[in-house]
Amino acid sequence: MSALQPGFADPVLDAQASFRAVLEAMSRPGRIIAITTPAPAPAPLNTAAAAVLLTLADAETPVCSDAGDAVAGWLGFHAGCPFTPAPDRARFVLATGAAPALTVLDAGTEEEPQTSATLIVQVEALAAGEGWRLTGPGIESEHRLRVYGLPEDFLSQWQAQRARFPRGVDVVLCAGDRLAALPRSVTIEEG
Amino acid sequence: MEAGYNFAYLDEATKRMIRRAILKAVAIPGHQIPFGAREMPLPYGWGTGGIQVTASIIGPADTLKVIDQGADDTTNAISIRRFFARVADVATTERTEDASIIQTRHRIPEAPLREDQILVYQVPMPEPLFRLEPRIAETKRMHALADYGLMHTKLYEDIARLGRIGTAYNYPVMVNERYLMSPSPIPAFDNPKMDRMPALQLFGAGREKRIYAVPPYTPVRSLDFEDHPFRAIRAPHACTLCNSTASYLDEVVTDDQGGRVYVCSDTDFCRTEQERAA
Ligand SMILES: [Zn+2]
Repeated sequence: MSALQPGFADPVLDAQASFRAVLEAMSRPGRIIAITTPAPAPAPLNTAAAAVLLTLADAETPVCSDAGDAVAGWLGFHAGCPFTPAPDRARFVLATGAAPALTVLDAGTEEEPQTSATLIVQVEALAAGEGWRLTGPGIESEHRLRVYGLPEDFLSQWQAQRARFPRGVDVVLCAGDRLAALPRSVTIEEG
Repeated sequence: MEAGYNFAYLDEATKRMIRRAILKAVAIPGHQIPFGAREMPLPYGWGTGGIQVTASIIGPADTLKVIDQGADDTTNAISIRRFFARVADVATTERTEDASIIQTRHRIPEAPLREDQILVYQVPMPEPLFRLEPRIAETKRMHALADYGLMHTKLYEDIARLGRIGTAYNYPVMVNERYLMSPSPIPAFDNPKMDRMPALQLFGAGREKRIYAVPPYTPVRSLDFEDHPFRAIRAPHACTLCNSTASYLDEVVTDDQGGRVYVCSDTDFCRTEQERAA
């Protein structure tokens, strides 16, 4: 077994910088933001997904991960988060392979929609200025975003989820060291 | 930075908890999210909710401005600014245009805010329905169903009794046509500034332990009626110092003979206007 890789070089300031990247992404849906304080995460975890989890996960947040033992060991050590095999019990769901159906995850309740899961999906690539048309809170007129590597039916899943607002899952799309967010409030149309 | 503190005072577990709450607040615009507020080295009423939000987002690259009723130089504003200079080693400013984070009590700056700025409100009472419905379980149900008839009835009773809506501060708003939200005790004059603001707006209530948010460019509508539309009211005077006829004014008594002048509540705006005219 290889030695455990380190987490953030500066756990306090790197987490702050990563949080601001995620906050910017969640505040401006579809805008692509780069992580500037990477942590050397084990494969198959990419830089952006690693930064999101190191920043937000801890002992209070069960994580459901498909990324294998090395990633679980690394996250367990640096973030201290418990793991659950049940995606409907997780606060964070990490998908390095095929993303699970949104309906499988905890969408919160009408009164407490904030208890819902956040889905962190590793995708092949993100491109701005083309693809989907995003509208809604955080967007002045529209944002364009093309995502390579999501399930074929993601858009129809998203439209079904929009009808359940304020219940819903928030999604962070991670490609390499870049990320874009899809808060449940955003409307997505085919470009 | 002073030794013995974690960066920005709060421990990392508390910051993570508040950061998770902030992200969910942004994803559900106008919805109040409970959080495990911490004791802060300042009493409630001094903006402990806003301070905890600021402490959870602020970093060494930020420049912080703190205003209290529009002014940078009140005891409260100075204390908070010094607190963050000490525990987070951040630059501070009194100039709205130079700030990346603006923490505020009871005003929105007159200068339009930009995409690269975040406005943090100190909130004494986050629940817009609390005077009408004291039972928390009941207000939660109303928010879940977007059942805001009670608030409309209250405003309409005002109109029947006073001939107008009798709310000059903390005038309730609808966020993205879904959640009824307290804008905190800002003057109703400031409400239109919240509408489709390019900056992210975050709200922290320390005593009530709630966080909520308005994402950039989100529609924020002051409640009104077709025959009684919302109007942003200011005193019908020009500022004595800068002559502005557009800014929100404070009435200042100048002597014991009843003499009074009107000056901008936003001290940075007033100074900037005076410099421009000079
Ligand atoms: Zn003035």
